[in-house]
Amino acid sequence: MPAPNPRFSGFGLGLRKEHYRDFLETAVPVDFVEVISENFMVDGGQPLNILRRIRERHPVALHGVSMSIGSADGIDLDYLRRLKALADEVDPLFVSDHLSWSRIDRFNSHDLLPVPYTEEALDIVCANIAVAQDALGRAILFENPSSYLAFDGASMTEWEFLAAMSKRTGCDLLLDVNNIYVSATNHGFDALAFLDGIPADRVRQIHLAGHSQGRDLLIDTHDSPVCEDVWRLYAKAMSRLGPVATMIERDDDIPPLEDLLQELSTARRLGAVRTRAFA
Amino acid sequence: MMLIELQRDFRAWLVSASDDAAMRLADGELAGLSVYQNNYRAQLVGCLEQAFPHTRTWMGEEAFLTAAITHIDNRPPHAWTLDAYAAGFDDTLATLFPERPDLHELAWIEFALAEAFVAPDAGPLSAETLASIDWDSARLRLTPSFMSLVATTNAESIWSALWEGSAAPEGEMLDEAAGLIVWRRGFVSCLRRVDALESDALLQLRRDGSFASLCEMLVERLGDTDGIARAGALLAHWLGSELIVGVDEA
Repeated sequence: MPAPNPRFSGFGLGLRKEHYRDFLETAVPVDFVEVISENFMVDGGQPLNILRRIRERHPVALHGVSMSIGSADGIDLDYLRRLKALADEVDPLFVSDHLSWSRIDRFNSHDLLPVPYTEEALDIVCANIAVAQDALGRAILFENPSSYLAFDGASMTEWEFLAAMSKRTGCDLLLDVNNIYVSATNHGFDALAFLDGIPADRVRQIHLAGHSQGRDLLIDTHDSPVCEDVWRLYAKAMSRLGPVATMIERDDDIPPLEDLLQELSTARRLGAVRTRAFA
Repeated sequence: MMLIELQRDFRAWLVSASDDAAMRLADGELAGLSVYQNNYRAQLVGCLEQAFPHTRTWMGEEAFLTAAITHIDNRPPHAWTLDAYAAGFDDTLATLFPERPDLHELAWIEFALAEAFVAPDAGPLSAETLASIDWDSARLRLTPSFMSLVATTNAESIWSALWEGSAAPEGEMLDEAAGLIVWRRGFVSCLRRVDALESDALLQLRRDGSFASLCEMLVERLGDTDGIARAGALLAHWLGSELIVGVDEA
């Protein structure tokens, strides 16, 4: 079982190409940046060159969307080999992905599809995590995804599944507060019960993002600022957790960097309240 | 339901909106399932739109969307990277629009430029390396980003005009087949239309790397004097444009 990741209590942003120039030419006041791993799991060229230059200025967290840790037919070893090569080069703060699946029988949905919270799925997920962590030689963080479907036959809650997964594999957790809010609203569970149910000592990072109201359900769109309800939930999360890294994800309708830094200052303010509570 | 059965049903729902799969997954309750299916199809359409902006402009929004839907229905994605989903869209266009070869050649250009953008790094040969080459036995290596296509239309001119934002010419057949080559120089992806002879010469060089064999091929086509002269001119041009990036002594 790998050692837990060291704690890091900084505030960061997701690095998007719209802001490359800002990060390359100015001193952006962030403690780290997070990049989408797959965008840089390439053989060469400008993207890798930019990442190397930004890495000289900031710690980098690698956040993936294609590990497909919930695939019943196992994990893609070629994918892990490429991710390992990137991690070896970047020396990242964290390597993370999602509690989800996207691939089965050579079909890849390129979406974060939900895992049923059953003992069989837990066995499969834990076996895949063990393979991935062995391949990378480190504990990986797994994030709770937003979900729009709950399967019949679940034998545990999402937070119980995450807790059992972390206990059995030694993986760490990435808590997406917006995803908790979206899933709690869509499925009618208590977001505070989620926060109380996860092992706080295994949470190393928090994601914050915006969502949209779909026809029937909330949709995790990452195309708008963090809403007030999610900020309130974040404050409650921070009052329960030890030192963690917080970052804001924005993947669509990307605003000027200054707008995101303004949002990040809100996170810093709420995080400071948490720090005083722990002092 | 076993996890693998659930995941195969989910695939059936995403790819073909199977009612049977929807019943087994959610008792036919479609609200959540529809979000996932919409995400799946919207993401793939978005991927193609992002990968082929000039092809989309050239063929028009409606025709492009029809082609994208056909591609998605016929070729579910399988690679771990979404970028790979752009591969083969030119084949879909060739099948859908056999009378419009400019479309699939334009799509090939956009795909090849994107592939070159993230191909392995390579740099120009140094003057010292060039000075010490034994040209009779040397094996020359093309840059790993090199890709080529037999060109039958003026797709290169169309792409260039669209890229510059100027008025694109009408699509038309070339008087004789030529070649399109794409490679990366430094961090910049490059596109050039070459005549059939240069295209054949590059493919010959990619096959065996031998400059001596290249000279033989050109002498056979052009005669002794012109063949050797053309080989020298091509070599100088390829070295200068960083198409040749390595040399192996036999």
